[in-house]
Amino acid sequence: MSRLDINKTYKLYIGGKFPRTESGRYYAVNNSKGDLIANMCMSSRKDFRNAVVVARKAQSSWESVTALNKGQILYRIAEMLEGRKAQFVAELIAQGETKASAEKEVDLSIDRLVYYAGWSDKYQQVFSAVNPVASAHFNFSSLEPTGVIAMMAPENQGLLGLVSIVAPAIVGGNTVIILASESKPLTSISFAEVLHSSDVPAGVVNILTGNSEELYSHMASHMDVNAVVYCGKNQSIITEINELASNNLKRTIFYKKNDWTDNSCESPYFIEKTQEVKTTWHPTKV
Amino acid sequence: MLPNLNNLPTYDTVGVNERIDRFRSRSIKKASKVEGLKLALSMIDLTTLEGKDTRGKIEQLCYKAMHPHDTLKDIPTVAAVCVYPTYVAIAKEALKGSGIQVASVATAFPSGNSKLQVKLDDTKYAVEQGADEIDMVISRGEFLSGNYQYVYDEIVAVKKACGKAHLKVILETGELDTLDNVRKASEIAMYAGADFIKTSTGKIQPAATMQVTYVMFDAIKDFYLKTGKMIGMKPAGGISTSKIALQYLVMLNEVLGEKWMNKKYFRFGASSLANDILMQLVKAETGAYQSPNYFSKD
Repeated sequence: MSRLDINKTYKLYIGGKFPRTESGRYYAVNNSKGDLIANMCMSSRKDFRNAVVVARKAQSSWESVTALNKGQILYRIAEMLEGRKAQFVAELIAQGETKASAEKEVDLSIDRLVYYAGWSDKYQQVFSAVNPVASAHFNFSSLEPTGVIAMMAPENQGLLGLVSIVAPAIVGGNTVIILASESKPLTSISFAEVLHSSDVPAGVVNILTGNSEELYSHMASHMDVNAVVYCGKNQSIITEINELASNNLKRTIFYKKNDWTDNSCESPYFIEKTQEVKTTWHPTKV
Repeated sequence: MLPNLNNLPTYDTVGVNERIDRFRSRSIKKASKVEGLKLALSMIDLTTLEGKDTRGKIEQLCYKAMHPHDTLKDIPTVAAVCVYPTYVAIAKEALKGSGIQVASVATAFPSGNSKLQVKLDDTKYAVEQGADEIDMVISRGEFLSGNYQYVYDEIVAVKKACGKAHLKVILETGELDTLDNVRKASEIAMYAGADFIKTSTGKIQPAATMQVTYVMFDAIKDFYLKTGKMIGMKPAGGISTSKIALQYLVMLNEVLGEKWMNKKYFRFGASSLANDILMQLVKAETGAYQSPNYFSKD
């Protein structure tokens, strides 16, 4: 007897759970031949709002997880991804990649997670400083995470693009809400399953699927979000994000790269972008 | 006189849940939502009942009660501030001229385990200090042992000790186990002279739920039909979001009707609800989701 196909229902990832969008909307993702490969949730601003609430809740405890432990957790994500390589390669191929480029993208994603896992207890030394001052003070600068970050992932590389901006943000103690690539969203939700089995606390990474044109203004205007990351080239969107973000002085970060495979796409400066520098003046003489 | 408690309606949890799901699915948007939120804000008993309360905390809370938000236009003040008896005078002084009531818990709150004379002294002390409203607790131990007459007599005595002050009777539904018990306790409280019946102290989980509130509404409705007297209702504890508050208002409107839709007959006992309502109102005005960082802590 022939078996029925068991197709995966792709849902969202919010607060360590896999809910459907509250809006009940979905959109179809087709392959290059025009065949349906999946129906994805079309997230609404309310899904985003709910994700911010859980991300905020998770942030302070994630920040206080030790650097060693954060590194271990990132490495664990890499291990889990390694074990499910085949599934990710298959999804990337379904979305139009060649076998070779799909394999390369998954490998690079795993390596990038390991790369940032290694940085977890090192970037602080690189970016912190003891500053010379002319008064009787011990003056030093250290880093603190920016907080809750709303992100719009690169459109081009569904998995690698997402990993490349999420990993440096979370290794630095931030929590994120990321809107996956609209045209290549499959791997984002499968990646959520990987996160789910990697000791990443609920709410640290929240993944939405849908349309960035619909959501960017809410991401940029939400008063409880501390930074916005936009990967794209639409200049009018960039301008509007900057304007809306100014209301609560959000940090805005824009990446215009098309290709995230390059070595220049991994560096501790990606971590530093979502860190705040705190400088302390400590009196040394009475 | 203690009413006959043998012929009361009984409540089926499945049925009550079905009814409540209807209230929860009402969609209230835009202008009506803003109106609803303002109404809910005006019904709040802003509460602090902690061992660590201080004069400063009470004064801060009273300021918040009078000035919920400084830039939002046309928003009401809250209905009352609810504190322990020792802080009543401070609250009274801080709220002078604002028209906001001072409510005080009394009668060995929250357990209610003390002898009657101590409870009456507690009540009289709160009234002397200037409390406009007294929130008493019933003796749940006696109630659960079936000693209804004791519970009834106690409420009657406390009501007398209240003098002009309004009496709210806390049933502490989280300790009454069944909806039928909630109905029974409501009945005793109303016949003993309560002006309000109230779900919880906020110290026991579960505190207010829509289920018990529904049963208490139902009791109030029957009491009104029988005696013509309108009793107020105050769910307290665990109502922390605007969405839930609106659902309570929907239920209030559909079970008891418009006559009850004001702070004279309905209150929310809450502390964090006020800020959530303010955040929603600012969201409605500006279009941007808000952060608690920009609202006063209370």
